[in-house]
This record gives sequence, structure tokens and C-alpha cells, in this order.
Amino acid sequence: MSLQNTLKQNINKTQQLQPILPECVNLSTKPHSFCPGCGHPIVLNALGSVIDKLGIKNETVFLIDIGCSLLAWNYFDVDTTQTHHGRTIPVATGFKRANPNSIVIAYLGDGGGYAIGLQHLIHATLRNEAITTIIVNNLNYGMTGGQMAPTTISDQPETTTAPLGRDRKYHGNPINGPEMLNNLGIENQFIARSAVNNPIQLQMTIQRAIMHQIDNKGFSFVEALSYCPTNWKTNAQETIQSLEKFKKYYPNFEDTHKIK
Amino acid sequence: MKEPSQKKEKQFLQGNVISAYAALNAGATNFFGYPITPSSEIFETWVELTGDPDKPHKSPITNEPIGYLQLEDEMASGFAVTGACLAGKKAFTATAGPGNILMQDAFSAAEALRIPTVALIVQRGGLSTSTVIYSQEEVTLTCFGGNGEGFRIVYSPSGLQEVYNYTIKAFNTAWKYRYPTFVLSDGYQGKMQGEVVIKEMNKNFYTKPSPILLGENRKKGISTNMRNCYDQEEEMNEIINNYQKDFERDSLEIAESETYKAKDADVLIIAHGIVATAAKDAINSLRKEGMKIGLWRPITLRPLDRHSLLKNISHKKQIIYVESALGQMARLINDEIVSGLFKRSTDTDTARNNFKKNTQIREMFRPAIGITPEEIVKFVQNNE
Repeated sequence: MSLQNTLKQNINKTQQLQPILPECVNLSTKPHSFCPGCGHPIVLNALGSVIDKLGIKNETVFLIDIGCSLLAWNYFDVDTTQTHHGRTIPVATGFKRANPNSIVIAYLGDGGGYAIGLQHLIHATLRNEAITTIIVNNLNYGMTGGQMAPTTISDQPETTTAPLGRDRKYHGNPINGPEMLNNLGIENQFIARSAVNNPIQLQMTIQRAIMHQIDNKGFSFVEALSYCPTNWKTNAQETIQSLEKFKKYYPNFEDTHKIK
Repeated sequence: MKEPSQKKEKQFLQGNVISAYAALNAGATNFFGYPITPSSEIFETWVELTGDPDKPHKSPITNEPIGYLQLEDEMASGFAVTGACLAGKKAFTATAGPGNILMQDAFSAAEALRIPTVALIVQRGGLSTSTVIYSQEEVTLTCFGGNGEGFRIVYSPSGLQEVYNYTIKAFNTAWKYRYPTFVLSDGYQGKMQGEVVIKEMNKNFYTKPSPILLGENRKKGISTNMRNCYDQEEEMNEIINNYQKDFERDSLEIAESETYKAKDADVLIIAHGIVATAAKDAINSLRKEGMKIGLWRPITLRPLDRHSLLKNISHKKQIIYVESALGQMARLINDEIVSGLFKRSTDTDTARNNFKKNTQIREMFRPAIGITPEEIVKFVQNNE
């Protein structure tokens, strides 16, 4: 009941308030083309708030992957380009190496970051590239219609390529991205996971990641655990409940890897 | 070494070393790569030129520090080049064979986003992992390796001095017209050592790079939002049609070819790259025996110098394609002849029939193997 009460309160609040979007959001391209209930806009607005707050719009390059993340190509009034599936981190690497004064943000889904582009993520971490990588984890391939992703867990409703759920013996095991990168043990990296059901905390996490880059400390990484009601086939309440359930597998996480 | 001598006299250098010197003298600043035979000395020479990465040498052209990065694979290398180009740097890579295949992912992105990447391709043997030695089997891949129409510039240098000259040119053409640009050399020209003059770049040809993202528009408060994914068929159709118009227009300025003793020739050899140097030797021998024979050589395989090609093939008794592949260059030329000579004629059938009746086409295809002047002479003479 407490969840329902919170929801009711939130609905009341939204009725009272106009939606406030970060200043760097390009209003002329709104409404955005993400599905209703998608977590991407929550992550993007959190990022936009950080860009506003730090006043870095003119130095920031926003590089996005293929998959649902590609819909963000005109979300901001920030220099942006789409890349190819999984190849956002190398583009970010090339840009940052060529222009070390820029603030480079690579924005990917879990397919781009943890499957087709995993080698780039690992090697960017190992090289301690001074970029910020944000991976939106919605536990499936959303754009292509809800197929199994490297983050799909056993305890999850069916995906189209694992209709009976992830069978670990057959499909293998899901990936815990931040924990894996943390285990690489590179000093002074900012590695974190947050979730879209706490946008304030998510925003603070993204801010710490980007500050890490601005302070020239090296690689920073945020996984944002996110909603996908379209492919989870959940209504609003079930979506929120599902995310809470998935948090058991993908808990909030933060480590700056102090020198051991 | 470590600094290419700017002396005007000839030096004795390896082809791959020459390529790296050319990149430096073209104002290139950033190399991204993954080692692969027979191209690796380009990377290694660039590393020497950079010196200590913490205190790198400066570009003689831009006075900026130069740099390099060895990445985890060719996909990362290709895309890192696109990233550095977006930041406004003359960035490049070098690769061969299977590496060329993996990098096509990035080059097709560069084609779609009009990013002036430069790639120095040192062709090794054809087919899969292939030999690490030599072939001309990467012509189709380099010209048309993307899921698109091949809006690219491909130079095929012939001899070490051209490796130097056209590598310099490639960087400037790339940035002038904004197409992914390739210098398609081969394992022989990469590994051989020979005489070359390391000249300073002619400043008239210099094209200054400028940032594509965080550039002038950003300073004016306008954001640049680029995409390569489209919602509607009509949108994509329009983009490709517009690119085609640009490419047709720019081709008139970009396309280059060479003729050698072709004017009075009855027999015309068509060859590119190092095979063309063998063809010239063969032509000299055959001319001594009184044969009227010449050469037409595409310097740019993409776009082809259509005007010169059509002019030079007319009224020839015989055209001989010579290449170290099974007709990859010949297909490009045949396409151009078909679209240029026949389709533009008022009487298509007559033009086609006259050409076929009057001109014998012969093919000396030697896939993945070198071709000597003697072999060409023999082939020309043994026309049964």
C-alpha cells in the first residue's frame, strides 16, 4: 500500500508542476521518441541537469550507440553523433585523445556496452581513458523487440530469443558490468551503478562521474538500471516493482578504487 | 632517424617508412592502429616519429604534438580515427587484409557521416587470412566495403615516390572534400626499399582540418547533431541521392589517371599500382620490337577518371587488363565503359557492337601473385 500511496502523492505533485527539463535539452525535438515509460529520458534528464549545473554544454561531446540510445541523437543542444553498434567507446577514445580539453560522454545500452562492444569497454578501462561511459541497462534488447541481452537474468519474464527465460545452462550467465570493471583493479577510477527509480541519486552519480573526467582522474563509468515496460510487458506498477526485483541482481554500487 | 630528413636529394627508404613520413609531412597528428603484416612498419615508424608519448614531437606542419594509440582491434582503431577526425585532427590508420575487413565498419560510418578518415592499406594476399605478402585483391573491398554506394576516394600509387606523394595528397583531398580516403598500396610497395625524395608538402595543396564537433557552430551557440540512422525510406533515399550528386561533382576534380605511350597505341594495357610499373617496362621492350602499345593507369580507383578512360580506349585494337586479382580492377573499368560509352551514346547498340567488333579485350589476371615485365611481354605476344 505504501508504494501506491507514494505513487498517488507523485501523481498529485506532477499535476501541480509543469515538467521542468534541463536547459541543455532541445525543446524543439520534443516530445522525444522513446516509448512511454522508458527509463532513457530519466537518465538523459539527469545527465542534462549535470551538464547545466556544471556549465559544460560548450565543451561536451555526446556520443551515442545504436539501439534505443540512438533516439537521443537530437535530445540535447549539445554536439552529438551516433556511431555504430558497440563502437561508441572507440569514437570517444579517439575524440578525447585528439581534444583532451573536451568532455566526452559515451552513451550506450547494455547490448552495445556488454556484448558487441565489451572489448572496447574493458580496454578503455584498462587504458584509463579520460572519458565518461554511461550504460543504460534495461535487461533486454529494446529497439529490436525484446531479445535476450547479456544482462537478462533468469528471474525475468521471457525475452523473444529466450522465450522460457534465461536458462543458465543453455544461454550462459548474465554480466555484472560495474563489478567486472571494478575487478580489473585500476586505481582511482569512478565506477558506479545507479537506477532510474531514484533520479536524484542517479544525477548525483552521473555528476561524480563527469567531475572525475573534469578533474582528469581517468575513466569513469555509470550503469543506470532502467525501465523497459514495452518489452517487459508490464504496466506502471509492475514496471516499478520489476525494477526493485532486478535491483537484487544489479544493486547500487559505487567505488572510486582508492590506491590499495 | 626519428625525424625524416627534409633533404631534397634521394634517400633509400622502405615503402612503409615513406608512408609514415608522408603522413607527418601532410600534417597528420594522430595515428590509431592495430599491427598487421605487411603494414606494421607504418605504425612503428609513426611511434618513432612521436618519440616520448609524454613529451611528443610536434607536427612540422601544424606545430601540434603528434600522438598514437594501439587499440584492442581494428574496429576500435577505425572508429578512433573517426573520433579524432570529428575533433578536427588529421587522423589515420594503416592496415591490410583481414584488418581492412574489420575496419570497413568504421569506414562505412565515415562514409555516412562524411568524416575524412585516411587509411593506408597495404594489400596482402586475397581471401580470408590470406598470405602476408602481396596481391591486388583488396580493390573491391576498399572501394565498396560498406553497406552503401562507395562514396570514397581510393588512390593506387605506383612506385615508392608515388606512395609518398599520394599519401600526402590523400590527407588533403580527404579534408577538402570530406570523404573517407584510402591509399591502396600493397605488400611489395610496403616492404621494398628504394630511392625516394622526401619533399616538403606543396603548401598550395594543404587543406587545414577543422573540428566537425565542437567547431565554429558551437562557438556561435549552435549544436551539431549528427546521425546515421533514419526513420523513413524517403529520408535515406534523399541523403544517398544528395551524396551521389556531391560525389559526381567532386569526382571531376578528384579523379586522376596516367597515360604512358598511349596516344598512337593500337594495344592498350590497363593496370594499376605496382603492376603498372611492370607494364611500363613491358611496353618499352615491346616498343623496341615495333609494337604500338601503351598504358592507361587509374591513379584513383574510386572515382575513376572517366573522361580520360573513354578517350583512351577508343579506336584501340586491343585492350589488355593486367592485375594481381581476378578482375577486380577490370570490373570497375568495364562498369565505367558500359555506363560511359554505351549509355551516353545516342545509338547504344551500334556503339556497343562497334566497340566489341573493333576492340579485342584480353585479361591477364594473376590473383595474389606478382607480375613481371617479362610475363606481360610474353602474354602480349602470345595472342592466339
